[in-house]
Formats: sequence, structure tokens, C-alpha cells
Amino acid sequence: MKPQTPQTVNATEPGSARLVATLGFAGLLSGLIIVTVFEVTLPTITAYKAKILQEAVFKVLPGSTRLQRLVYREEKLAVVEEVGKEEEFVFGGYNPEGALVGYAIPGSGPGFQDIISLLYGYLPIQRKVVGMEILESRETPGLGDKIYKDAAFVANFDALSIDPEIVAVKMGSKSAPNEVDAITGATISSKAVVRIINQANQQWLQRLKIQQGE
Amino acid sequence: MPEKKRDTYQEFIKGLWRDNPAFVQVLGMCPMLAVTNSAVNALVMGGATFFVLVASSFFVSSLKNWIPKQVRISTYIIIIATFVTVTDFTLQALMPVVHKELGAFIPLIVANCMILGRQEAFASRNSVRLAVVDALGMASGFLFALFSLGAVRELLGEGALFGFKLFSDDFEPWVIMILPPGGFITLGLLLLLFNWLKERKDRLVAQLDEMEIEAR
Amino acid sequence: MNELVWIFISALLINNFVLAYFLGLCPFLGVSQRLETAFRLGLATIFVMLITALCAWFLNTYILVHAPYLRLISFIVVIASTVQFIEMVIKKMSPGLFRALGIFLPLITTNCAILGLAIFATNKGYGFIEGMVYALGAGLGFTLALVLMAGIREETELAEVPRLIKGTAMNLIIAGILSMAFMGFAGLFSAA
Repeated sequence: MKPQTPQTVNATEPGSARLVATLGFAGLLSGLIIVTVFEVTLPTITAYKAKILQEAVFKVLPGSTRLQRLVYREEKLAVVEEVGKEEEFVFGGYNPEGALVGYAIPGSGPGFQDIISLLYGYLPIQRKVVGMEILESRETPGLGDKIYKDAAFVANFDALSIDPEIVAVKMGSKSAPNEVDAITGATISSKAVVRIINQANQQWLQRLKIQQGE
Repeated sequence: MPEKKRDTYQEFIKGLWRDNPAFVQVLGMCPMLAVTNSAVNALVMGGATFFVLVASSFFVSSLKNWIPKQVRISTYIIIIATFVTVTDFTLQALMPVVHKELGAFIPLIVANCMILGRQEAFASRNSVRLAVVDALGMASGFLFALFSLGAVRELLGEGALFGFKLFSDDFEPWVIMILPPGGFITLGLLLLLFNWLKERKDRLVAQLDEMEIEAR
Repeated sequence: MNELVWIFISALLINNFVLAYFLGLCPFLGVSQRLETAFRLGLATIFVMLITALCAWFLNTYILVHAPYLRLISFIVVIASTVQFIEMVIKKMSPGLFRALGIFLPLITTNCAILGLAIFATNKGYGFIEGMVYALGAGLGFTLALVLMAGIREETELAEVPRLIKGTAMNLIIAGILSMAFMGFAGLFSAA
């Protein structure tokens, strides 16, 4: 930041070395404090984030107790510890015996008010969605926020066929295994959730099938 | 620096009521309104601002003789930003659920013109004790303002306070109150209330003065 | 492409910085008496927002990956000094432009909408192009809200309003009604 021009002419004008030294010292001190607090709080923050993510994955994939991040590299899925910045990934969920239960796939897209991001569990053999959890949304309180507050709507995704694709229908008229009862008064939010899952399916199903074939 | 003998109590109480930063000076409301949709959020935001303001005022007034005039604003901003970052990390570690809701608005405390204003107008010209008392008063006033906004909005918008339902199920919540328009309108109405109280008091004082003159 | 349109419309209308996020309230309430001034302030804000997005992208890509905890301080310092530098350049190069927009620049730099833009764009993980589109939408949205407000205020100046409510209280309630009107834009994009 440029030094402010002095408003009054001081008898004892400090030299510019003094100004730079002051700013430098302030910066150094502040950096020191920030780094200390950052180092102290980081383990708690990372642990909490990991815990929240784990809970979400285990919730949408009933039966899984362990997870791994999988990225799509060179035409196949690879297990990674750290996901690159531009890379897309899914979570593989495994049961206590170490067998694959299914995949937890993240998706996001525009909802009524802002971007909705969610996670859903998918079983590749049965071709079924078995759970859905909204991770972030800013939908209207009392209406759109039912996409995660209304247990009946969330239950739609507990055993949902994805063939040929998921469709949102008027509340109470669900008749086929690939249909979702939309929330009355929040049709747009309900449809947005369905669209996000369909889009993520388009992107991932083919890739997950390759993994299955091996 | 001329140090007037001022009443510590007066310095404290002025921020709380007469010069309330939010209701009278309408300062620093920018990022704050967004998070006053519930009493808890408002309290946490107010608490964070409280900490930043008091800590910054303490540091600025104790270091005031070492900070050259020309770079004072930059130095104040560095001090404030440091405490905001510290608050941000601490909240994230201790209260992750609330932090997620307040999210991007915690860093915006830096841009709260009220905090920088207090450093420039008060902390840099007064003793450490007075500066801290002034900061405590202003911060309490701000906390009080945020809390009243949050409480009114949650009460009408959800029929609850701190998450506890206060009305029977017949109460249809005014959802608009917890949405952005409710923030603007509630603050507008609270300002109106403040104007009215102030005017009533001024009128009473004027009447008393007149009676005194007549009595003589 | 579709995503860019969403980012733009969302920042411009659905999640308008002033009317949905309460960012930049100080100039919104302080510099909205005259339509002409409000419009010029809006243009200056768009300009500063584009620079902000550029700075934020640069810092995020090259510096903050190594030191994420310095985010807030580096945003403030870099944005403020860049804007001050550009202000000096404009002053030298084009005094006319400086008179029209330059006087607003110091006022805008300390504005929460600018810092908010940098932080939101970072949180949403926007790249360079997305960041610029976001800044343009947010800046235009700010201008739109400011100009609407100034237009209404010019009209209400002549209206007979109770003395107590005149001033900030009334302006806030007007802003509330504007904000309510803007809620109508929600769902604009996802209804299709």
C-alpha cells in the first residue's frame, strides 16, 4: 500500500525508511500471529471436514464403512490420496470385508436461488441410486429447503432406478421406479436436484462401467 | 496529546445508546445484515466483531506513538485483518456448524467501516484505557443492534428464538423476514423506532428546560 | 458457455450483491441522491471489480496455493495498492476521465462489495474467465441497484413524507421493497 500523503507538515518528518520499517514490522508480526493460529487450528479444521465428508458418504451408501477417493485418469479409475485441482472425482465406499459397496458421486448445478451441491450413492450392478444428501444450498426457507428438510422427499432417493433417466413428477403421482415425487411449492428446486443427478450420471456411468468390467 | 478528564462510564455508555454505531450512525451494516437471519448467527457475528474491535483498539492505542502518521491507515488495516483472520480460523475450529453458515461473511468484518473509524477517530488519540472502554461500548452497542435484528427476524420469520419454537403451530412464519428483504425492512423500522425514541427524549428535555425557566 | 451465462445472470439479478447480499450498502445509501452521480459511481465500481477479479485470480493461482492463511491480508493490500496505482495513471493520462470516475476510486476500494467479490469468487473456485464474468455481472448488478435507488430517491424528494421516517429509515425500506422485487428473478435460470 502506498503511504498516505501527510495532511499536516510535521516538524519532525519521519524518513521513508522509518515508514517502510514500520509497515514491514507490522506485516512480520501479523504474519507470525496468523501462522501460529493457523497451525494450531488446522488439525481440528481438517479433522472436522473429513468427518463431515465421511458421514455424508456413509449415509448415502448404506453398509459402507470405509471410503477412497477415485479419479478418472487415462481411461480408468485410479485411487488417489490428493485430488488435483481440475480433476473430477467420486468416492468408492467399501464394507468391513473390504468389498466395494458402491460409489458416492458429487454433483452440483443451479437451483432456484443459487448453486446446489449434493452427494448421492450409486450401486453400479443394480443401477440404482440409494441415497442423496444436500451438501450446500441457499434455497428459499420453508419451500425450497425441503429438498433436505423434508424426509419424504429425501426418501425418494433411497431406491431409485436410473433407467432411462430420473424424472420428477407431481407430488403423489410416483408410479415407476425411476420417478421422484416433487415437492409441492418447490417444483423448481426438486427438478434441479433430479437434473443435477442425471447430469452427473451422464458423466460418470460410462466410466464406472469400465471399472466394473475389469 | 491533551487528555481530557472524561468519565469512563460515559465513554462506555455512549456507544451503547447515544452513538450506537448501527442504529444512530448506520455504520458497518454492510456485511452484517446478511447474517442476522437468526439470533445465534447474529450473536456469533457480533461476538467476532466485538473481539476484533476491542483487540484492534487496544493495539492501536498502545502502539500509537510508534506508528508514523503517513502509514497509519495501512498499519491499522494490517492489525484489523490479522485479528479477523485469527477469529476466522478460531471459529472454524471451535464452532464449525455456525462458521459454515456465516461462511464468507467473517472475512468481511475487515471492511466494516465502523472498526477502522474507531481506530482513526478514537483509539489513535486516547489512552489505552479509554480506547478499550470506547471499543467495549461501541462493540456492545453493535452486538446489541445485531442481536435485536437477528431476534426480530428469527421470531417473525421462523416463530422461534435460538431455535426454540415460541408460538403454537397455528403461527404461519413470515418467511420474508429471514430473506434479504426482511433484513432491509427490519433495520429500517428499527431506525424509525430509534428516531422516535430520540425525538421523544429531546422533546421531554426541552419541556423540562422551559419549566425550569418559567419556575425562575 | 451455459455455466458462464448462469454466473453472469446470478451475480446480476438473482444474487444481486446489494439486494441479496447487502454488500456495498454504504455507497448504496450514501451516494444515491442523484441519478447522474449514481451512474458514474456504478461505472467506476464495475471497473474496480474487474481489476479485483484479476488480482484475486492472480493471487489465488500463484501465491495463495502456498500460503492460504494470508488470503485476507494479501487481498486487501494488493487490491488497494493496484487501484491506487491505476488512479494515479488515470490522473496523468486523462484528466477528463479522472474527473468523471477517479474521485470515486478511493471510496470504492474500501468497500465491502470489492472484498466480498474477491472472497466469493475464491470460495466458488472460479478460474480466470469465470472470475471476470462474475465481476462484470456483480458490477452491473451493483450499478443497476444503485441507479434504481437513485431514481426512486429523486422522485421521493418532492413527496410529503413524515419527518421521522425521512432519510436512512425510508431508504432502507425502499431497498427492502426493491430486494423483494428482485426475488422474482429467482428460478429464472433453472425453470427451463
